[in-house]
Order: sequence, then structure tokens, then C-alpha cells
Amino acid sequence: MPLPSYTLGVMEASAYAPEVFARGLPSGPRPEQSFEDVAKSAGAVAGDASALLSLQGISLSFGGVVALADIDLSVRQGEIRAIIGPNGAGKSSLINVISGVYRPDRGHVQLDGTSYAQVPTQRLAHLGVARTFQNLALFKGLSVLDNVASGLAYKVRSNFAGQVLGIGRSRGEQRDSRSRAEQILEFLHLTAIRDRLVGTLPYGLQKRVELARALVAEPRLLLLDEPMAGMTASEKSEMASFVRAARDRFATTVVLIEHDVGVVMGLSDRIAVLDYGRKIADATPDEVRNDQRVIDAYLGVASDNEDGAGI
Amino acid sequence: MIADFDYQFLIEVLVGGLLSGVMYSLVAIGFVLIYKTSGVLNFAQGAMLLFAALTFVSLVERGIPFALALAVTFAFMVAMGVAIERTVLRPLTNKPPITLFMATLGLSYIIEGAAQLIWGTQVHGLDLGIEDVPLEIGGVLISQFDIFAAVVAAGMVLLLSLFFRYTRIGLSFRAVADDQFAALAVGLRLPLIWATVWAAAGLVALVAGLLWGARLGVQFSLSLVVLKALPVLVLGGFDSILGAIVGGLLIGASEKLAEVYIGDYFGGGIESWFAYVVALVFLLIRPSGLFGQKLVERI
Amino acid sequence: MTAITSDFVAAPVLPKWVVPVLLLAFAYGVVPLIGSSYVFEAILLPFLALSLAGVGLNILTGYAGQVSLGSAAFMAAGAFAAYNFNLRVEGLPLIGSIFLAGIVAAAIGIVFGLPSLRLKGFYLAVSTLAAQFFVQWALTKFSWFSNNSASGVIDAPRLSISGLALDGAVGRYLFALTIVTVLTFLAYRLVSSQTGRNFIAIRDNETAARIIGIPVLRTKLLAFAISSFIIGVAGVIWAFAYLRTVEPDGFDLDRSFQILFIIIIGGLASIRGAFFGAALILVFPLALSRLGGFLLGDLFDSGVLDMSQRIVLGALIILFLILEPDGLVALWDRVRRRLLFAWQST
Repeated sequence: MPLPSYTLGVMEASAYAPEVFARGLPSGPRPEQSFEDVAKSAGAVAGDASALLSLQGISLSFGGVVALADIDLSVRQGEIRAIIGPNGAGKSSLINVISGVYRPDRGHVQLDGTSYAQVPTQRLAHLGVARTFQNLALFKGLSVLDNVASGLAYKVRSNFAGQVLGIGRSRGEQRDSRSRAEQILEFLHLTAIRDRLVGTLPYGLQKRVELARALVAEPRLLLLDEPMAGMTASEKSEMASFVRAARDRFATTVVLIEHDVGVVMGLSDRIAVLDYGRKIADATPDEVRNDQRVIDAYLGVASDNEDGAGI
Repeated sequence: MIADFDYQFLIEVLVGGLLSGVMYSLVAIGFVLIYKTSGVLNFAQGAMLLFAALTFVSLVERGIPFALALAVTFAFMVAMGVAIERTVLRPLTNKPPITLFMATLGLSYIIEGAAQLIWGTQVHGLDLGIEDVPLEIGGVLISQFDIFAAVVAAGMVLLLSLFFRYTRIGLSFRAVADDQFAALAVGLRLPLIWATVWAAAGLVALVAGLLWGARLGVQFSLSLVVLKALPVLVLGGFDSILGAIVGGLLIGASEKLAEVYIGDYFGGGIESWFAYVVALVFLLIRPSGLFGQKLVERI
Repeated sequence: MTAITSDFVAAPVLPKWVVPVLLLAFAYGVVPLIGSSYVFEAILLPFLALSLAGVGLNILTGYAGQVSLGSAAFMAAGAFAAYNFNLRVEGLPLIGSIFLAGIVAAAIGIVFGLPSLRLKGFYLAVSTLAAQFFVQWALTKFSWFSNNSASGVIDAPRLSISGLALDGAVGRYLFALTIVTVLTFLAYRLVSSQTGRNFIAIRDNETAARIIGIPVLRTKLLAFAISSFIIGVAGVIWAFAYLRTVEPDGFDLDRSFQILFIIIIGGLASIRGAFFGAALILVFPLALSRLGGFLLGDLFDSGVLDMSQRIVLGALIILFLILEPDGLVALWDRVRRRLLFAWQST
């Protein structure tokens, strides 16, 4: 069912979320590591509200077409931070800058106190950053479990000879990555399909597998590029509750790109609004909802998009 | 020792190299035509060239007049191009480019086999009526045949550009080359365009086959001239006719110069791989090729 | 109805190792007793060498997604390296020569794999031709490689392992079979390890692979190295056990294409596929010559045979790409499931 209007989207998201959220909550004793992580990060959140990620004066253009113009953005530890805007507003470019896929023409990305002109993509996982992609970027020749386990590949230190012969630290690593992948699959209700090839799954599930692959590394910063695009309304609210549950369980900071305003309102702590590569608002959902510039620039366009995107 | 460097000889070598580069470009253009419209690297281009030359020569040997043989061969090549498009490429629409490439590899085996099954495996001489007597221009000796080949190649490039600039189907081709979806959206008939392009590639194969056949003799190894065109394509980009021309000239010239001036240090015979090394070194320095634009990865 | 339910028939409850072990028992225990020397010389030995080369190329092309048109160059490198190690290093056991030959092939593979760090798709495929032409040229040009033999064709050393002579047809077969078995087993382990999954990840989505922290450049070069090692050893088997001569001519571009065809026909990204593909590639010319001789009699001379082989081979490639892109392996699995279902429902 397509979302008839922007307001209903909000209601649905918030109305469904608690129930699904409860399903997604940890239901038993959890591995100690996760407990520690939660405790550590929770302390950090309470102690200071300093930015985990901040962008300073980011500008980017492609052959004269401005994608991003002088964007500043700060993301606090532990918050769910949404970036919204109509199609072509520069949202995906922004995520690609944060994850180092694009090098901005000007400006810096500050991640955990270190400033980069271009974030080193190859080191992203080591820096505790994981992301999903607007168009699915799964490894379609691998099973669901292997896709998710590949999210831990950056940690592997055994060499191929050790893995082939099954000696050295390779066995431990293999066991460890499997069990962590299985935990994440359980957390996201994917256990039943763990041995399926991802290429054979419906779209909504593939999106969730991609979330699992990003989450398995328990990143400190999770970048989600339109995680709900092309989903049904109930899939969207389910995904929203998974995102929140993930934040709560792993103390992950989330940056979320979406053009379905409805879902975002109920989910995020703060929202930045982009239009034609510029940031036109940056505030709490309530404030954004009442911001005249946002309503003018975005909502008129958004209601057009809703019809297409809500299916 | 070095004082007496023979500049005249250098120029002779250079011009000879550039002219043989034109011959490479000629083969490369056939690839570009097809790659631009359908994204296929058509490895069978060499086999088509062999087929064209062999058919023509066999017809002439059977007493058919030159012009008629040319027309019949051309008709044959057009039919072959259309048939390839129908039977091989259309069922493979939307498959990864590398699958299509492998299909054309299989195609080249079929065409090579068929050409020799029909016309036999012996070597044929091909005389286009051009005497290969060197001309002296400004004190530099230049092969008359090479000049003829260069003129024919230039003529063909001109013909193709006129065709693509001024005919309806040619304009459609350019639209498809720019963006297949855009072309579909404005209702161009893709199959017709693809068939035309394969026919054009057949024409290029015919011309290149005659020129190469006149130089090397018409035989199986003629299909190996694709191996000369591939480094040209790597250098110039698979999708640029200008790139194919400039790439051909660069490869032709550097290959001849290397052969004459440094070949002895390697014990000779370096032309089998030298062009590839030139293309690779160039690409490692400039990954987007001669004229290629840097593509922005969309994710 | 049957068509639908047949998908749910449980796979045979045999553990995965049973079929390979039975096949090996047959290959070691029965084949040497019943095979004629023609079967060993003309079918089984080239089959083993080409299958192994297919396994090697499949790691690079099928799993890691890097198309190579230069496989024969690595076979040649392996064969000549083994010959020279054997010739020039006093007291090195044959197995040592073969291992070192694989290492040499791997090193050459890394050098010619370097373009893969910058190039993709067709550009890479074409650049691997550089390996093909360069290696073939070097081996022909520098007579040191063939121990200054006038003809460039040299006799391979006799096969023996710790004094046990293996130069009869059966001996060479067992020698080749053992090497192929060991390397295939290791290749199987590799593709199901983390490294093998990294290969597939890079093949399926290189950007995503880089972002989740797979060391893309290192993994690509590793794929080139491992693949070339295996293909190099396949070259040693080809020269030492099958042909018993070492010469550059047999390792030409056609051989490279043949190995590529083996994995397309057999099935990309399948270890079994290489064996299926090699079997078909070897058996079909024999079948064709019998069939042609039967149908056309004297008209079907060697020239005609040669040409019709090319045509049929080309047509096979295209047919497989169109009708069964996952190769003989997929076809085999489907047929087996059908049969099993038919058998269970009777």
C-alpha cells in the first residue's frame, strides 16, 4: 500500500515501532563483548556530547554541476541523525564523501578527532565505520551467512595458507566470525534464510542482509544510504525499529539518508535537510516539521516522491 | 659514433610506422563501432576480416569481375553481421559484457572454421593493382601501398562520419551510443540500429581484409590482425573512433621505432608484445586512456 | 505437480566426501588395471593437465572475476621453469622442481596481474595477452631456457619419485593424478575459506568489498599468484607427463582460449566444472572425427575435421553461454536431481 500522505507515514512509523522493537530487543544473556561495548559507549554519551563525526565546509561538484555546497554537519555520539532532501539534493554524495568514495573539492571530514581531506576508504572498517548502499551492494554469489561474515573480513589476520591447511589462528577466526554473524542474523530475524544465496532473496530481505553485514563489525558509526527505499510501509517501519534496536544494542551512532520523510521523523534525534546541495535546516524532527523553508523547499516535492517511493 | 645520426632514416622509419599504424586503426575502428552501440568487444572482428578477404579472393579467382565480387562480398558481410546480431547477441542481451565477449570469441572460431571449410586453407595472393614501389618524397622513401592504404582508411573514416552525421539511422546510432535508455525513451528502434552497426562493421572488415590481405596474403593468420588492434583499443579507448586513429598511429610509430632502434638489444622479434607493453605503460600512467573521460562511479 | 515437488526432494543424504573418494578409489584402483595405453596417452593425461589448468583459471576468473587470456603463458612458464630447475640444480628432487616451477609461475602471474590494480574488464583481459605474447617470445628467443637446444624442443626428464621410475603410461598417469588430486583438494579448501570468499566479494562488488575492509589490491594479486601457481604446475604435467617434451609452441593463444572454454563450458566458479569442461573439450573432437568419418567417409579428411572442430567448439561456447551459463555442472546437478526424484518415486 502506498503511503497516502506524509503525516500517515509518521504515524505508522511510530505506531508500529514499539511492537517490532520489542521483538528486536535482546532477549537473553548476550556475549560479554557487546555488554562491554554498550557500557563504554553509554558512558561516553553521558559524559560528553562531543561530535563523533563532523563535516566542515564540504563542497563537491561533478563537471560544473554542484552536488554539495559548503555543508557543515555534526553528529553526536549515539544519536540517530537523518539527512533528508528531495531527489538530487546531494544526500548520497554526502554519504559517499563521509565514506571516502568521493573526495570533496573543499572541506574536511573529521572523524573521531582526526581530520581528513578524503577519508581513506580502505581503512574505513578499521576506523569503526560501516555503511550500506542505496542500490544493493551485496555479494550475490555468497550465502546470507557468508555475506554477513564478510563484514568481519577486515579483522582477518591469518593468511591463505593457514586457512587452506586449517592451521594457526585461522580456525579461531573462522569460528569467531561465524558465531558473530549468526548472532546478528538472529538479531535481525534472518536465521531462517542463513544458507540462501542472497541473489535469490526478495528486495526487502536483501536490504536487511546488507544492514546485517554492516552491523556485524559493531561499528561506532553506521551510514545508511536510503535503507528503506523501495520497501512497503510495514517493511519500512520494521526496518526503522531494527535501526533503533541496533543503536540501542551496539551503541552505534547512525547517519541515515532517506527521502521518505515520514519514517525519519519518528526515528531520528536530529534531522538535516538538503536542497540542491545546500543545507537548509538542521534541527529536531519537531522543529524541522514546522520550518517554513523546509515545507516550501521540500515537502511540495516530497509528496510527489511519496507515491513512487512508498510502494 | 653517434655524431652521424641518420635523421632521414629516422623519418623514413617514423613515416612507415605511422602508415602501418593506419592499418591498425582500420581494424580497430570495426571494434569501436560495435562497442559504442552495444558494449560488446567483438573479438570476431578478425575472423570477419578473414572471411571477407577469403570470400572476395575466391570469387575473383573463379573469374568473377572485381566490382561484382566486391558487391557480393559486401552483401555477404552485411548478411553475416545481421545474422550474428540476431542469433548470438540478442539472446544475450543484458548479460555481463564479459559474457558477450566470450560469445564473440566462440563466434570467431565458427567464422574462421566456416571460412576455411568453404574456401579451403591454401594461401591466396591478392592483387589490388597497386604496385608496391617506394615513392621518394622529399628525400624520404615511402611505400606506395602504404599511402594507398592510408588514403583508403581516411576515406572510410570520412564516409562513416558522414553517414553518422547526416543520415537518420546514423543520428540514431549516435543517440544510442550516448545513452541506450535515452534512445529507447525516444522510440528509436534498437535492433535496426544494431543490425546496421554490424553491417557497418562488416564493411570495415571487408576493407581492412582486402588491404591486409594484399599485404600479407589471404590466409588463416589474417584473423590474427585483431591482436594488433587490441592494444590500439586499450590505448585509445574502446569507444572512441578518434582514439582508434590516434592510438593506431602511436602504436604503429612506436612499434617501428622500437623494432629498428632497440629491437637488437632484445634479439629482435619484439613486435609480438611491444604494442601491448606500450599500451599498458601508458594506461598505468593515465588510467582513463587517451581521450576517455574519468567515469564517476555511481553507488 | 511433480515439477514443483521435485525441488523439495531432499538432496541425497551422502556426506560430501563420498563421491570424490569413490571416484579417487576408482581412478587409483581400477583405471590402471583396465585402461589401455591409448586411453592414458591420448585422453587421461591431457585431461588431468587441462583440468588442473582449468581449476587454476577458475580461481582467477570464476571466483575472483579477473578474466585472463594468458593461461598458456603460465603453463609454459611452469614447464620451462621445472625443466631448468631439474637441469641446473644438482640433487633437487623432482617434486622440488615442480614446486619451485609453480612459484616461478606465481611470480610471473603477480607481475602480469599488476595491471589488474588499475584496469578492469576488457582492458584487463587485453592486458593479460601481454603475458601470453611476452612469455612465448622470451622462451623462443633466449635459448638458455631450452638449454641451447637447436630445435627449441627438448625432452622432458624422466619421471621418478625417490628412485621409483614412473615413465610408463600408467606411472605417468598416477604421477599426474596424485598432483592433480592434491592441488584440487587444496583449491577446494581455498575457495571455501575466508580468502575464497574475499575473491567472490571482489568479483561481485569491488567497491563494497573495499569499504568493508577487504584488502582489494592484495587479494587480487593473491588470486593471480595462486591461479598462476596451479596453472604452472598444470604446465609441468602437460610437458613432463603427457607430451614428454618441452616446447613453447604448444602453449600458444589457442591453448589459453581452450582453458578459458573449459571453465565456461564446465561452469565458472566451480572446481568440479573444470573437470567437466576438460572432459568435454577432449572427448568431443574424438567423437566428431568418428562421427564425421562415419557419415562422410573419405570426404572427411584432417583439414575438414580441423575446421569442423573449430565450428562445433565455437557453437558449443555460444550455446552454453545462452542456454546454460552456469555450465555442465549446473546441467549435471539438474539431471541428477531429476533422476533421483524419478528413482525415489518409483
